[in-house]
Amino acid sequence: MIKIEGLWKGFGATEVLRGLDLEIRDGETIVIIGRSGGGKSVLLKHLCGLLKPNNGKVLVDGVDIVLLDEQELTPIRKQFGFLFQSAALFDSMTLYDNVAFPLREERRPEAEIHKRVEESLTIVDLLQAQDKKPAELSGGMRKRAGLARAVVANPKYILYDEPTTGLDPIRADNINQLILRLHDQLHCTGVAVTHDMVSAYKIADRIAMLHEGTIHVVGTPEEIQATQDPIVKQFITGVGDVNQEVQYGAATVH
Amino acid sequence: MTVALASFREFVIGQLNQLGAMLLLLLDIVKTAFTKRPRWRETIEQIYKIGWQSQAVVIITGVFTGMVFADQIYNQFHKVKMDTAVGPVVSVAMTRELAPVLTALMVAGRVGAAIAAGLGTMKVTEQLDALRAMGTAPVNYLAVPRFVALLLSLPLLTAEAMFFGIFSGYLVGVDMLGIDQAYFLTNMYKFTSAKDVVSGLIKSVFFAVFIGLISCYKGFQAGEGAEGVGRATTQAVVVSSLTVLIANFFIAVLFNAIIPP
Repeated sequence: MIKIEGLWKGFGATEVLRGLDLEIRDGETIVIIGRSGGGKSVLLKHLCGLLKPNNGKVLVDGVDIVLLDEQELTPIRKQFGFLFQSAALFDSMTLYDNVAFPLREERRPEAEIHKRVEESLTIVDLLQAQDKKPAELSGGMRKRAGLARAVVANPKYILYDEPTTGLDPIRADNINQLILRLHDQLHCTGVAVTHDMVSAYKIADRIAMLHEGTIHVVGTPEEIQATQDPIVKQFITGVGDVNQEVQYGAATVH
Repeated sequence: MTVALASFREFVIGQLNQLGAMLLLLLDIVKTAFTKRPRWRETIEQIYKIGWQSQAVVIITGVFTGMVFADQIYNQFHKVKMDTAVGPVVSVAMTRELAPVLTALMVAGRVGAAIAAGLGTMKVTEQLDALRAMGTAPVNYLAVPRFVALLLSLPLLTAEAMFFGIFSGYLVGVDMLGIDQAYFLTNMYKFTSAKDVVSGLIKSVFFAVFIGLISCYKGFQAGEGAEGVGRATTQAVVVSSLTVLIANFFIAVLFNAIIPP
């Protein structure tokens, strides 16, 4: 279980997270929604210690990882798989070597690595592209390859940073299906950040909305859909801020 | 005046911060190199890229520096009938100063830029975060192999530049300008000692540390986007080159004080 308590994070004068609290239960897939630039990716990077907060706690299975240094974080991080927004595949390696990387770092036998990499590439339907370099892959293929690398070491937690952003609806749905399938097969805990509501409704057990640096509301997809909260409603229906538009319009006329 | 003082103070603090961060990175690199398992594959790959592939640039630098130096020295020394002193002057200058400094400058340009651009690109495309997320320290996987490869390669490249510089100086002096071969070689052996060669090679070890450290630091600290990578690359080359030139003077003075030529 991951428990976040009073998380504060700022970059210079900008405060991105302002005393955020959230509990992520074992085995669930929780989707964090919120506006672009609202700190969703920043929150995700705190979960495996890639960023240090200014204040607050991040408890992973009871251990406050904020207090750990890079070396002490290593065993914690090995429990995580991370799908980055840009997939973050290593340019210099083939797809096979990219997916094999976490296993090679753990010095697993080459036969086991081969088996696991082939399994992961088969799940994401990229076995035929295993010898290609990331530059030769399309955006969707890179995302799937990133997913294969994130799950190859059977992590306990998988973090998805905007898994469907930049993909067409069909590719995005493929990624959603993959996430669901991985969740069923690996029984891992998933944390996804996205502003794609179709994806959120499809993969989430619970949805949490990040608004102005704190979790504004948490609920099941049904509860979120039925909510009358104006901030959530505005976000999920995708209606722009009318007042802002009127002000902008007035300013333009003057 | 107050504004100027405040901005100067900020500049000095900024530079000291950078220096402190670089020293911490150096400590991290040294500690990691001695405590973690060696990454042979990555180190050999870097030796190939940094050392082997820099040879053409270094040889051309050595050859043409030796040639032009021999020609210029001859034109001056010929006026006072000291033609046979061209050999020792070329060899001492090549071993003590020209080969180590020019090789380091060429490597700072070629390799320092590549290191900073490579690491900077990895940073802005989240590849460094991906490494850390998988429990691999970027210093261990990326900085140490590059640093070790530079430490091993630069002295060898410097020795190569020394040899080709002196040899090309010999060809110009003896075959082109007609200096007597026996006097050229005898005087060269007489006035060039092992100390000259060793001091040049030791200098190259210092230069390797500067280039490796500055390039890795600038790459790791690259700002966002292509502009950030471009700036990091430029800074890596400029700061490495200036550090080599400035440090060269102090190292030379120190060597001359410890081991008089």
